[in-house]
Amino acid sequence: MTETRTPERPSGVLTPSQLAEALPGALRKLDPRALLATPVMLVVEVGAVATTVLSVLDPSVLGWSVTVWLWLTVVFGTLAESVAEGRGKAQAASLRALQTETSARRRTPSGAVEDVPSTSLHVGDVVLVAAGERIPGDGEVVEGVASVDESAVTGESAPVIRESGGDRSAVTGGTTVLSDEIVVRITSEPGQSFVDRMIALVEGSERQRTPNEVALNVLLSALTVVFVVVCVTLWPIAAYSDARQPVLVLLALLVCLIPTTIGALLSAIGIAGMDRLVRRNVLAMSGRAVEAAGDIDVLLLDKTGTITLGNRHATELLPLDGVAYDELAAAALLSSLADETPEGRSVVTLVGDEAPAVPPGATLVEFSATTRMSGIDLLDDGDGGGREVRKGAASAVTAWVGRGEPGLDVLVERVSTTGGTPLVVAESVGGTGRLLGVIHLKDVVKPGIRERFAEMRAIGIRTVMITGDNAVTARAIAEEAGVDDVLAEATPEDKLALIRQEQEGGRLVAMCGDGTNDAPALAQADVGVAMNTGTVAAKEAGNMVDLDSDPTKLLDVVEIGKQLLITRGALTTFSVANDVAKYFAILPAMFVVAFPQLDVLNVMRLSSPSSAILSAVVFNALVIVALIPLALRGVAYRPASAASLLQRNLLLYGVGGLVAPFVGIKLLDLVISLVPGL
Amino acid sequence: MSAVLPALGQVALLALLLALTVPLLARHLARTYTSEDHLAVERVTYRVLRVDPDADQHWRTYALSALGFSLVGVLALYALGRLQQHLPLSLGFGALPADGAWNTAVSFVTNTNWQWYSGEAALGHLMQASGLTVQNFVSAGVGMAVAAAFARGLARTERGGRVGNFFTDLVRSVVRVLLPIALVAACVLVLLGVVQNLAGDRVMDTLTGGTQVLTGGPVASQEAIKELGTNGGGFYNVNSAHPFENPTPLSNLLEMYLILLVPFAMAGAFGRIVGDKRQGYAVGAVMAVLLSAATALVTWAEMAGPGTAPQLAGGAMEGKEVRFGEAASALFGAVTTGTSTGAVNAMHDSFTAPGGGVVLFSMMLGEIAPGGVGSGLYGMLVLAIVTVFLAGLMVGRTPEYLGKKIGQREMGLVAAYVLATPVLLLVGVAVAVSFDAGPAGVLNSGPHGFTEMLYAVTSAANNNGSAFGGLTSGTPFWNSLLGLEMLFGRFLPMILVLALAGRFAAAPRVPAGAGTLPTHRPLFVVLLTGVALVVVGLTYVPVLLLGPVVESLS
Repeated sequence: MTETRTPERPSGVLTPSQLAEALPGALRKLDPRALLATPVMLVVEVGAVATTVLSVLDPSVLGWSVTVWLWLTVVFGTLAESVAEGRGKAQAASLRALQTETSARRRTPSGAVEDVPSTSLHVGDVVLVAAGERIPGDGEVVEGVASVDESAVTGESAPVIRESGGDRSAVTGGTTVLSDEIVVRITSEPGQSFVDRMIALVEGSERQRTPNEVALNVLLSALTVVFVVVCVTLWPIAAYSDARQPVLVLLALLVCLIPTTIGALLSAIGIAGMDRLVRRNVLAMSGRAVEAAGDIDVLLLDKTGTITLGNRHATELLPLDGVAYDELAAAALLSSLADETPEGRSVVTLVGDEAPAVPPGATLVEFSATTRMSGIDLLDDGDGGGREVRKGAASAVTAWVGRGEPGLDVLVERVSTTGGTPLVVAESVGGTGRLLGVIHLKDVVKPGIRERFAEMRAIGIRTVMITGDNAVTARAIAEEAGVDDVLAEATPEDKLALIRQEQEGGRLVAMCGDGTNDAPALAQADVGVAMNTGTVAAKEAGNMVDLDSDPTKLLDVVEIGKQLLITRGALTTFSVANDVAKYFAILPAMFVVAFPQLDVLNVMRLSSPSSAILSAVVFNALVIVALIPLALRGVAYRPASAASLLQRNLLLYGVGGLVAPFVGIKLLDLVISLVPGL
Repeated sequence: MSAVLPALGQVALLALLLALTVPLLARHLARTYTSEDHLAVERVTYRVLRVDPDADQHWRTYALSALGFSLVGVLALYALGRLQQHLPLSLGFGALPADGAWNTAVSFVTNTNWQWYSGEAALGHLMQASGLTVQNFVSAGVGMAVAAAFARGLARTERGGRVGNFFTDLVRSVVRVLLPIALVAACVLVLLGVVQNLAGDRVMDTLTGGTQVLTGGPVASQEAIKELGTNGGGFYNVNSAHPFENPTPLSNLLEMYLILLVPFAMAGAFGRIVGDKRQGYAVGAVMAVLLSAATALVTWAEMAGPGTAPQLAGGAMEGKEVRFGEAASALFGAVTTGTSTGAVNAMHDSFTAPGGGVVLFSMMLGEIAPGGVGSGLYGMLVLAIVTVFLAGLMVGRTPEYLGKKIGQREMGLVAAYVLATPVLLLVGVAVAVSFDAGPAGVLNSGPHGFTEMLYAVTSAANNNGSAFGGLTSGTPFWNSLLGLEMLFGRFLPMILVLALAGRFAAAPRVPAGAGTLPTHRPLFVVLLTGVALVVVGLTYVPVLLLGPVVESLS
């Protein structure tokens, strides 16, 4: 785990109160119609009904014990889903608070302002929101600028600026304007706002099963059908072999053999996966996108903010021949006094610890787009003529001095090829210009990002850096950050073309963006994460929204997608591997009366046939409960190559699935054999 | 322990022969199914059949062609059987009963070669040579064609469900692969003493003064393709135990070699067709592992297994030919049930209980080690997809095999495939034990009698064709039941596999990277073996328990 990840509260812990809260929901889910979606659990429920009937007709301790535990198996399954859903409920409740109806000041086409309830606002309506008022619906700022408190949605307490035009024009319904007044054009219909969607997502009520989940369900259903056939045909076959079996025992065998563990936990795994994203303040608009995140082959990452810190820092001073280092340092310091940008301050930090006071009588020359220089004009200090110091882009400064110098070109070139930005420092004393040297401004690559990219490479994901820098600079930064490829001097069209090109090769692409001009690329990408600070168009185009607006989150999203799939696969493998031990428990017990020699197959030395059967059934039910935390938390995931991941998970869940039930059933048998009358 | 060395020796020799020749044939097979050129004789055939050999068929057309072709085969064989007495070279045998003719027709068209009759006592030369031997070629060819179509489906991208041309694949399988090898093999078999003539019965005076009827016939020619095409239908009732079919240990070795040659080579050809030879090696390795395990177990059971008589005699010689001995019989048993051949050189009924159980289990795995010609490959590939699906998720990607995503529709077809045979088999056994007509034909009582029925249904549903013995199966009940088992056991999986091939052919290919589950590494071989044993094998544990296991432990 690196420091870029948002801390989350432990999510795999099950508290008794959580279980108690989830119980009513779990019982409601026992409705057979609700179970149709998970055929495995439906079969268990049908089996439970059948054993109930059989036990009523012919009561026995074994019969009632099996019946109770079959019912518990179904309940544990629905409980898992209910607990998973419950975890989103608290968050949903706080979001609902945002939806209390307020009144809005709507501007009519004629220009008049009328008060209407916020729920009657439609797309295209224009409303005025002043300081202290709540924004009545999702929309876009069309006039004005304001600071807005979005903490209720994002959890971030610092207010954000929202202004018309540009990439920070989107506002979310329910957030509060803190200062100034803005005019907002509504972009969502009542009931379909961002907060509405968030509530639906975190509650899991809008959950649609993802393609892989459906495919897995098909396989699980097929395995269920196979074992139904095994158990149904075993009835006449056992009868032929003079080992007639009670239906109750065959039902117990059936429930133990069908993949109940994964069948019960499948939907909980999916809900918990979405929940993990929500905890990191990412909202996936569909489960499909989360699953696609696990399959991503190419990540497109913006340089600024993702790979580098937003600001460049001065790292080095390079004096020209004949100029003393200290002279250059002093001039650089002077020229930066007027420069309040982070870059300017970084020069001060590099040269001395704190900025000296501005000499009396000096004139600060601030940076302007036309001069592309900043500096200072000092008063005449007695030796004829004032002194002017400037720093800026090489071309601008040499023009100011009036001539270039070969030595300077060498230094400028050297800085550029290492990915830095050269700032030339010069002075002019009494009208005579003199070049002093170069400040090396460097893009600072985020700490730890290189390691993250190495991890990505290990799991087979290619990273591509997107930047507006020129190719030489871009390549140098790419080298330092360890990305695999760069797209330099990138336009939005270039991005779109790159995504299309990768997709044509069969690769899945993820990217993040915030501007309206990013929208086509976000829509084209398989996983498009829009920044919450971005425009409405960007948010509509992406299939995820990052409330923290942290582009690095893309890496987390991929890992969560993978973790979701791994959890699903691990529990399926575990479930299927369990069958071996269950056979060893139940089959000898079923037939040992007819064929005493089968006792040698009772490798666990279970105390009696009834105890063996019941132990297997109880184990089968309890293992669901035992695995609920794992399903909710997801299996431990560390980026590694597919081969090593497979090896590790196979040992843990495949071999573990073979061994665990032998131990578990034996231990249960030790207890269950004490039950009187069994 | 002196018997152990020759036992290992024959295995080593067989492995060596295969190791030397399988790669060559694999290359030839891959070229056969990918070449654009037609041989002159093939062109003539296409003209006679009125097909366009270059037409790229949609999988549905491909499947319909295969089904239609097989239907014609069933009808022709049925007619030959029913009208035998009116046809030349009948050797005076009468018409087969309706249920028997149906059973035989289905049996040979489905590459099963289950024989309810004694060949030498029921069929004339015309039926044997122009009916059964022809089907031995073309039914094998159909299996190879379907496997080729499947490999092609995996190799193609975005071809709209087109998987090749059935008739081209079939004709090439026969003309370029089966006929030439069978011709050479038949000649070698004749050299080794196998009979080849068109003579009728010859009555001999025996040493003891009695008489014996010896039936000659085109044995070597049928024998060669019987093994090469994993058919298994013997000219004689006792199959490869008959000295005219399999006279010496050397001919025995050659026959086993012929059985294994094409199935293993198909795995190699698959790797070449999909453009990654390692994939073929991996699939072939799983086949080899399963076959080796079965061989080791059967050999142990027959040479040192339980049972009072075998223990006293130092080996289970009952029902085995002395010219082969336990080891060669055990190896032959493992080879013939690991493939869908069904030839026998000893009576499986007389194998020790664990030995019989292992050959039974070999068939139940679905004939994938290495399986029938073609069918073994596609059966194994379907299991590879199940493996990828179960384990593939554990690498954190949605499952894909050879760059083809396994989605809901693909999984539906795979699930149906995995379901088909167990359902047919178990329902068949349940039906057999539930009606009086089922157990009526059984020689033994108790678990062994159950095993006899279980073996028959297993053999039919998996298109193996070997008989355990002890079951009088020539009754209307058994002929009808086993006929249905064979028919559905062959064509249901085939249609599903072709549908899958069509979907793969239409799908784009996801490029492989470090995040992709590698399907050529030893770990995958272990995994696929495990899935075959757990996912398929576990289905049959209860019935095996009530048959061979109970018997073994008594």
